[in-house]
Amino acid sequence: MDYLQYLRKDKMPHIWCDGCGHGIILKSILRTIDTLGWEKDNIALISGIGCSGRTPGYVDFNTLHTTHGRAIAFATGLKLANPKLHVIVVTGDGDATAIGGNHFIHAARRNLDINVIVFNNRIYGMTGGQCSPTTPTLKKSTTTPYGNPDSAFDISRLAEAAGASYVARTTTFHVAKMDQYIKACFLKKGFSVVEAYSNCPTSYGKMNKETGRRGVDMLLYQKDNMVPIEKAKDMSDEELQGKLVTGVFVDRNIPDYTENYSIVKQNSKK
Amino acid sequence: MSEPKKNIKMIQGNTACAEAAIAAGCTFFAGYPITPSTEIAEVLSYRLPMVGGNFIQMEDEIASMGAIIGASLGGAKAMTATSGPGFSLKQENLGFAAMAEIPCVVVNVQRGGPSTGLPTHVAQADVMQARWGTHGDHPIIALCPTSVSDTYRLTLRAFNLSEKYRTPVILLTDELIGHLTEKIELPEPGSIEIINRQKPTVSPEKYLPYESTASLVPPMANFGEGYRYHVTGLVHDETGFPTNDSDKAALMLARLNDKIEKNRDDIVEVEEIHIDYEMETLIIAYGSSARSANRAMITAREEGHKVGLLVLKTIWPFPEKEIQQAMRNAKKIIVPELNLGQIAHEVEWATNRRIPIIKLNRINGESIKPSEIHKVITQG
Ligand SMILES: Cc1ncc(C[n+]2csc(CCOP(=O)(O)OP(=O)(O)O)c2C)c(N)n1
Ligand code: SF4
Repeated sequence: MDYLQYLRKDKMPHIWCDGCGHGIILKSILRTIDTLGWEKDNIALISGIGCSGRTPGYVDFNTLHTTHGRAIAFATGLKLANPKLHVIVVTGDGDATAIGGNHFIHAARRNLDINVIVFNNRIYGMTGGQCSPTTPTLKKSTTTPYGNPDSAFDISRLAEAAGASYVARTTTFHVAKMDQYIKACFLKKGFSVVEAYSNCPTSYGKMNKETGRRGVDMLLYQKDNMVPIEKAKDMSDEELQGKLVTGVFVDRNIPDYTENYSIVKQNSKK
Repeated sequence: MSEPKKNIKMIQGNTACAEAAIAAGCTFFAGYPITPSTEIAEVLSYRLPMVGGNFIQMEDEIASMGAIIGASLGGAKAMTATSGPGFSLKQENLGFAAMAEIPCVVVNVQRGGPSTGLPTHVAQADVMQARWGTHGDHPIIALCPTSVSDTYRLTLRAFNLSEKYRTPVILLTDELIGHLTEKIELPEPGSIEIINRQKPTVSPEKYLPYESTASLVPPMANFGEGYRYHVTGLVHDETGFPTNDSDKAALMLARLNDKIEKNRDDIVEVEEIHIDYEMETLIIAYGSSARSANRAMITAREEGHKVGLLVLKTIWPFPEKEIQQAMRNAKKIIVPELNLGQIAHEVEWATNRRIPIIKLNRINGESIKPSEIHKVITQG
């Protein structure tokens, strides 16, 4: 396929570092859009702030670069005002679950019909490598030089528990799975999430030896440490230590927000 | 032919605001409950679904502000309403709306502050926050109603100005006006002036969403209408894409601020009551304090005092020109307000302190009584 038809060529080169995983996720999004044959005019791609947040600037859709953490809130208004739009939110782990955590869980609870792709590099890339809510315990960042005392969020389980219709997780190494999950996500009515572990060699890789320092090392690290969710069910907590559990966490058909609100509208006219 | 029946109602200021929003064509409201603004959300949760619109109670005020910006980009006329702490939470996204030039209406029914303050009591202490609450030099419009029917009228005006100038407009009302029940004659739907955002007439290839047009207000395409463009809170050029070029930044930010400043004559609205060359005392007031001021003026005039009242209906941009004109031969100015002198400072600046300015302030949750203003007219 021709990726260039979806890119704003004049906005290149992009700001992402060599070896960054974010571009892999973007390509998967574009491949899926191409497969589904969605019209560019009917797509709105919305982000917050971060390296992941720069994605909208590069793609030829209706694009909105909001404030840090708030993409889902803006997306809520846009989707309700124009339900015909395919609304895709791209967000970082910090954007989605630190400053924007409240919007993330509440949009999941409402089961708002939007698609959220979380670029989870487990660090704050844009601001130079501070810890995020998904930085594993005792791993390093510029604000946890002796190791991170916090526990990490499991974003997919968070979305599942909050009420999302579809949640899947993969890594930037597992591109075929990523395509499959993003397609299912885009086709699902209701709040749908794909969480993709992404490689940030510049910040995470530099400070945490186990992943290796280069993008390619980090990709191989993901390959070696990936555990499918089905297999993870039979593993102990110790065995799962440091593993990247991937797969489909939830895929259910439940009424979305618009469906419920259409009943509200009918009731108001009685 | 018989006279058409007048639609006269007894309603609260907050209800008038909600009804006016519907009349203005608002189809989207996002909010989070907070006293004393909550009735606006409650009325709209009842009314919006009836007219096919959307009401959504968000998880907080930050989300509410974000949601109305998104809805406006999707083509809806959108509003949120809040008070005190909620207004603080809206500030970052309010700045985004100003920067990205997204029409929307933000109602702040002022209550006592700071912090949680006096939730059920009146104040006018968010005047400066309405002007400068979000970071950076940005344009803003804020309107202050003095009655229930004025709330209705100025809510309509807030929507019209927001659409005309592609900007957030703040309806800066207060607890007293919001909870006051008064008679109001609702206009016939067909008789209301409605302004809608100007749409691009050029082809999508030629469209510049932030073009420096002569009117200073570039036409706005809604998302999904075939004009694919980029919206960001970063400094951007005419195409909407971020730029670090200082010349382009200067151009963009100048237009953004000029858009309101150069159209201030259209935006600024004041009401002059008994302002003439005989006038010795000028009262400058706004919102609920203007009601006390009006009462005090009537009494004082009956006693022969030469006093006039200038009511600021538009508070931002500041009506300095109108104040300079209204001063005429006045020997003193009285500024009653429910804060420690936020507008009095602006009046001092606008008048260059040529005549004494007497501040009458209160921040304990009570309104200023007409008798107190009367006392300053006659003695102070
Ligand atoms: C209100 C606010 N606080 C802080 C920032 C600074 N900031 C910009 S991006 C960012 C973190 C981004 O990390 P993440 O969401 O994980 O995305 P990544 O850059 O790793 O893709 C922060 C803290 C901001 N822009 N706005
Ligand atoms: S800092 Fe990390 S996340 Fe950001 S562009 Fe570089 S590699 Fe990617």
